[in-house]
Amino acid sequence: MFYWSNFSDFLNMGGYALYVWGSYLVTVLVLVIEVLRLRSRNRALRKTLISEFNETPKN
Amino acid sequence: MTIIGLIIGLGIAPTDHQQGNSYRIIFIHVPAAWMSMLIYVVMAFWAAIGLIFNARLASMLALSLAPTGAIMTFIALWTGAVWGKPTWGTWWVWDARLTSELVLLFLYFGFLSLHASIDDVRKADRSAALLAIVGVINVPIIYFSVKWWNTLHQGASISLTKAPTMATQMLSGMLIMVFAFWMYSIAVALYRCRTLILERERHTAWVRETV
Repeated sequence: MFYWSNFSDFLNMGGYALYVWGSYLVTVLVLVIEVLRLRSRNRALRKTLISEFNETPKN
Repeated sequence: MTIIGLIIGLGIAPTDHQQGNSYRIIFIHVPAAWMSMLIYVVMAFWAAIGLIFNARLASMLALSLAPTGAIMTFIALWTGAVWGKPTWGTWWVWDARLTSELVLLFLYFGFLSLHASIDDVRKADRSAALLAIVGVINVPIIYFSVKWWNTLHQGASISLTKAPTMATQMLSGMLIMVFAFWMYSIAVALYRCRTLILERERHTAWVRETV
């Protein structure tokens, strides 16, 4: 079913390992960074909002 | 939140395939390139809605899409370069397809920095929307560049009118990846939009109650 007969062949990518894994790695990295930055931005915002609301009384 | 988390988890989960060599980059290159164009069109559409009907949420959606679109463009360019090296023997050529995709990246950057440079949020929305709408012209140029000009980049392997010139397994793997990238983009853009809404509507009563 699989094209590759063993795992090291898979890692080697028929000699194109650097190119194939290089592009996959960068893609995953960029996407993970995007999600993490967004999440921290969202959390920081919620935190400031909560403390702001606690300081100012509800009217 | 859980649903969004699931979509991202499933969306960026790897879908691998059973054939060899450098062409495997196609599974991220093509989806990213398609998304980079699609997101731009959707972004310009919402920006236009925001401009014409003065709809704040539409402008926020457009702004939420821009960074993800820029990232997709970057991925398309990066994987293209890394793919070009072993197949064409060069990282980069100034050919029509590559150059117009690079212009797309700069359009995203332009949109974002123009928006960031104007203090009044609604004014920034409107100016950036104008830029986005004018920039739409670049998308068909990218798409048809391989037909209009004689370029190094190969023509489309898949079109709506003809049977695809790819093996079924490759095609299904790629379409799954397109779907995954699509879901990822939607999830991240909506998450960013939620953050933007909280940021901009921070003085309203409902935000106070929600947070």
